[in-house]
Amino acid sequence: MKPARFDYLRAASLDEALAAIARHGDEARIVAGGQSLVPMLNMRLTKPGLLVDVMRIETLRTPRRENGALVVPAGTRQAILLDRPHVADELPLLAAALPFVGHVQTRARGTLCGSVAHADPSAEIPLCLVALEGEVHLRSAKRARRVRADDFFVGMMVTDRAHDELVEAIGLPLRAPGTGYAFAEVGRRHGDFAIVACAAVVDGRRMRLAVGGVADRPTARDWPLLDGTALDDALNALAWDLGAGEDIHATARYRRDLVRRLGRRVLEQAAEEARRCQG
Amino acid sequence: MPRLDAVRRHEIVFSLNGAPARVEVEPRTLLTDALRHGLGMTGTHVGCEHGVCGACTVAIDGEPARACLTLAVAVEGCEVRTVEALAPEPGRLGVLQAAFRRHHALQCGFCTAGILMSLDAYLRCRPHATRAELTEVIGGHLCRCTGYAPIIAAAVEAAAVLRGESIEETPSHA
Ligand code: FES
Ligand code: FES
Repeated sequence: MKPARFDYLRAASLDEALAAIARHGDEARIVAGGQSLVPMLNMRLTKPGLLVDVMRIETLRTPRRENGALVVPAGTRQAILLDRPHVADELPLLAAALPFVGHVQTRARGTLCGSVAHADPSAEIPLCLVALEGEVHLRSAKRARRVRADDFFVGMMVTDRAHDELVEAIGLPLRAPGTGYAFAEVGRRHGDFAIVACAAVVDGRRMRLAVGGVADRPTARDWPLLDGTALDDALNALAWDLGAGEDIHATARYRRDLVRRLGRRVLEQAAEEARRCQG
Repeated sequence: MPRLDAVRRHEIVFSLNGAPARVEVEPRTLLTDALRHGLGMTGTHVGCEHGVCGACTVAIDGEPARACLTLAVAVEGCEVRTVEALAPEPGRLGVLQAAFRRHHALQCGFCTAGILMSLDAYLRCRPHATRAELTEVIGGHLCRCTGYAPIIAAAVEAAAVLRGESIEETPSHA
């Protein structure tokens, strides 16, 4: 199908984009790489009055390191991050998960911030942001604020972003010493949305597991270092807590099973890596 | 830039297969429709029109892109390359096209333009791409006819030809 009509503004500066979304409120939508929004426009699931394109804003293009995080701005495409030299050293979790985001062809256009703003509950980038305890940098014409990833994702495609705010960047914490990271997902085909995706971060004291595709948003739990039946019990409780539903792709029971199994797999893998780098 | 009015048509200027192109579009016009209806370049196909099948893939500034997920107004000033650019001259096939032909890598041909453009863009920046990498690139496309094996064989062979290696000219797929 074709999109319904909308006005279009290719913003040349951040201020121009922010002024436009301040003026038009929820009538306006921001478009970056378009890989999530344009399908919704084509299917007329959304009919904005104005589209504000932020991809030509120079200052939103290049990631930068800041206080132990890589700050990835709204204009950074997924393929650019994946091609970054040493990305596997800087951001091992992203390096493992990004190849599962769509396909080569969509990663060449899609941005990280766009995926975060879209907030599909089974998307990999929001999942990694939650697992890493990253931040979302929001900016409106009036103010700038930073929100913890855990608080940013509110529900299915619902976030803490106000209509006059732009996801200006996300802050992805860089690899910490003595910490292991792992990612795994199960989907029907590589590049499809995950039925269940899991991301783990483990250091010498605690383990954190984030799960996507089950609840209405990526959801994380922190545990002390567990193994054996204690870990089984924790994973089982989490699998039930997430309230898995049934759809055309999988039954609720299968989803719970994937949480238990993939969860254990990534936690063990991350723990192993943490032990290795602690030497 | 001034705001483009939804109900008007606006001229956009970009480079298409190395030559300047102009077309008048509404803000909502997809690049697929601008190419096919606006410019008569019907080599780019439209399958699903929501980013899933890959039939519409073109290269924008050297990177593969779903034309059905690209607004025509967004390619202002960009370099767009479509399947029409692959043949060196009328009546002759490009390297990728010739490999597809040798391997029977197409039947109905609906998916082919998109796959060729993905592979073309990929091999230009990664001439030493492995079979696994090429398979992953092809994984971004749906083909309802071939079962993919001949497409992968053609891609691997075309990559070798483009690197200047000699190949055995027997199709690996009967
Ligand atoms: S027509 Fe564009 S991906 Fe299917
Ligand atoms: S050749 Fe028919 S869909 Fe691929």
